[in-house]
Amino acid sequence: MTNFSADWSRRNFLRGALATGALVLPGSGFLAGCATSGGGQEQTEGEKTADNPLGVPTDQPLEIYIFNGGFGDKYATGIHEPMYSKKYPDAKINHKAEVDIAGALQSRFVGGNPPDFVNDSGDGQIPLGQLVSDDQLYDLTDLFEAPSWDDPNKKVKDTLVPGAIQQGTFGDKPYVLHMALTVFGLWYNKTLFDEHGWTPPKTWADMTELSKDIKAANIAPWAYQGIHARYMTWPLLTMAAKLGGPDVLKAIDNLEKGAWQHEAIKESANALAGLRSAGYYLSGTEGMDHIQSQNAWSEGKAAFIPCGSWLESEQKDVTPEGFEFAFTPEPLLSGDSAMPFETIYAAPGEPYIVPKQAKNPRGGLEYMRIMLSNEGAKGFTKETSSLTVVDGSADGVELPAGLTSAKKALDAAGDDVVSWMYQTWYAKMWNPGINAHIGDLLAARKSVDEFTAACEAEAQKVRDDDSITKYTR
Amino acid sequence: MARKQTVRGRVSKPGPALQHGKYLFIVAFLLLPVGIYGLFVVSPYVQAIFISMTDWTGLTASQKWVGFDNYVKLFADEQFLVALKNNAILLVVVPAVTVLLGLFFASMLNVGRRGKSGVEGVRGSSVYKIVYFFPQVLSVAIVGVLFKYVFAPTEAGGILNGFLRAIGLDSIALPWLGDPNFAFWCVVLVMIWSFVGFYVVLFSAAMQSIPKDIYEAALLDGANRFTTFRHVTLPLVWDTVQVGWVYLAIQAMDAFAFVHIMLGISGGPSRAGDVLGVALYRSAFNDYRFGYASALGVVLLVLTLIVAVLFLRVARRERVELS
Repeated sequence: MTNFSADWSRRNFLRGALATGALVLPGSGFLAGCATSGGGQEQTEGEKTADNPLGVPTDQPLEIYIFNGGFGDKYATGIHEPMYSKKYPDAKINHKAEVDIAGALQSRFVGGNPPDFVNDSGDGQIPLGQLVSDDQLYDLTDLFEAPSWDDPNKKVKDTLVPGAIQQGTFGDKPYVLHMALTVFGLWYNKTLFDEHGWTPPKTWADMTELSKDIKAANIAPWAYQGIHARYMTWPLLTMAAKLGGPDVLKAIDNLEKGAWQHEAIKESANALAGLRSAGYYLSGTEGMDHIQSQNAWSEGKAAFIPCGSWLESEQKDVTPEGFEFAFTPEPLLSGDSAMPFETIYAAPGEPYIVPKQAKNPRGGLEYMRIMLSNEGAKGFTKETSSLTVVDGSADGVELPAGLTSAKKALDAAGDDVVSWMYQTWYAKMWNPGINAHIGDLLAARKSVDEFTAACEAEAQKVRDDDSITKYTR
Repeated sequence: MARKQTVRGRVSKPGPALQHGKYLFIVAFLLLPVGIYGLFVVSPYVQAIFISMTDWTGLTASQKWVGFDNYVKLFADEQFLVALKNNAILLVVVPAVTVLLGLFFASMLNVGRRGKSGVEGVRGSSVYKIVYFFPQVLSVAIVGVLFKYVFAPTEAGGILNGFLRAIGLDSIALPWLGDPNFAFWCVVLVMIWSFVGFYVVLFSAAMQSIPKDIYEAALLDGANRFTTFRHVTLPLVWDTVQVGWVYLAIQAMDAFAFVHIMLGISGGPSRAGDVLGVALYRSAFNDYRFGYASALGVVLLVLTLIVAVLFLRVARRERVELS
């Protein structure tokens, strides 16, 4: 028998405590508390009929997550959800509006019990490429092959603008529905331009001429989103594509060696960097964020700013009276260009997904079919002031001035619409990667050659990283 | 140890009745607290170390074991090295400047003036004491947003640049947070500003417990203010300084909220203002590489432990007994 005081040392105490802890750890509480453990849930499916081509289980609830950001969630509660309820009166709709999608849903993806339909957008967006390579998304092929809501003789895919499905396609399958059609270009205040008798230039030479006049009027010719300098990659690549043709962009998407060092990219980068050396950027714009720079532009401190067509609603609260939003495509770098001036960058945006492990994925698909109906798309445009990927859905809808101007430009572009995929496929390469480099270029911290070399290095990083799934188009 | 045992040895030996079921008795008491500790403290650490050796993306229920791959990648990542360098700067500059400023202000507030009744605080010290504590009351997020506007470019209503222009210093009215040479140092400045108030109060409390007669004796001996501070005040508050020093070092290792708010998630212009906390957050919640982010977290944990131990060792010094 050992002596209590002699053997009861601190060391033994700790040993005993650890042993107790170790006994507790493998218990059920530990396993349930594991961050990486998951389960699964039963999926239901209804019978496919002419009236119900996607086989929606008519009496099963549908859980919907809408990102409550710039677009709000009224388009869902006011238009699409009532349409679904009307067709399936026995199905209960469980609507959730959420600001932080990842915060709300990451653990549910891991746990294998995600909702049936998700608007994966905003600051808390879960990267789509990552969801696809983790096999978390439901294949949308059935949706696009199904007859459309309005006309059973027309498939859903035939009601959309070109490129709409491509934008959500990874490998050979569509996984993401992009609803909004965003038009990118340069924005200006038409009232201000009319006052001074300025017209938006069609060539870069004219842009430099006009910038001289604008500067003489004590206004900065250009502003950009400062620390989010990646907004400037849009004019950079669009102007490069106009000069060198759309293959310039394809090479970038396919991560081809030397894609970023193409002559057209260098030419375009040179033009944008030239605005810095000529002093045509708003003073201090490189140190602002998107809110500060766009507000300075709204206040009339700068003439042009690059952005997507959400700008008008984003600036709604700070737009002064008499300000008229207007859109113009980027000027041509040279008279000898591969594509016309009217060419614009337009990309389907605002992603919607159906999780692969959802309880009611067919209901999710049907909900998408409703969104892509004529009524659904028109309602979306009315509620959000955004164009949609549904062909002709904005015709006859009264749009605000800026969007009208952008739509006109889109119509004028016809088939000369460019877009690219690397931003979605390799999100990290674009931001923070290229975001930092173009910031350096525009603040004259990097030369054009250093900039293109740095972008090449970012592409190289993606090529070398075998944990990233690669795609080609 | 041996001495303690002899002391304990004097205690009368417990009888067989007490010995019986001794462990069961102890374990019964320890089970719950140790269990809770194990579940909520130990298990997350163990899980983080486990995750750091997998390729987990944070979105799946399964993951592949990759051994030390994440750690190898980490030390080959130049952005990690940028963040590491910045954390090193924070570790040296923030505690040093904050402690020095805190000691200076505290001594001014408490023993800065030589009045009729010996030493006392400078005029208006009771007001200053409250004012210095203001930053501590504001949340870090508010401080960050506030200073984002202080350092904003002139055209975006930057307060600092407005002031500089008003006094004719147009040439140094720079876009502070947009310049890789200054952006990180702006954050350092703001961190010191927001930390210093707390340490003024902490050191003040310590200084108030120093008996006034020691100062009177020093006065009679003709010691000037600096000598008094160096040989009377400082040794007597050294314990508190040591605590503050370690606490500050750990605070400075973080810096996540300041950098995230003032410079953004990419680490500011040219990504030059990155710190480990932000790099960790970015890897996890932007890139969805939880395995890699956990590896970063484990490295940060080890570094913080090393720093805490080192600072405690360095600051160890003979204690002056007051009584």
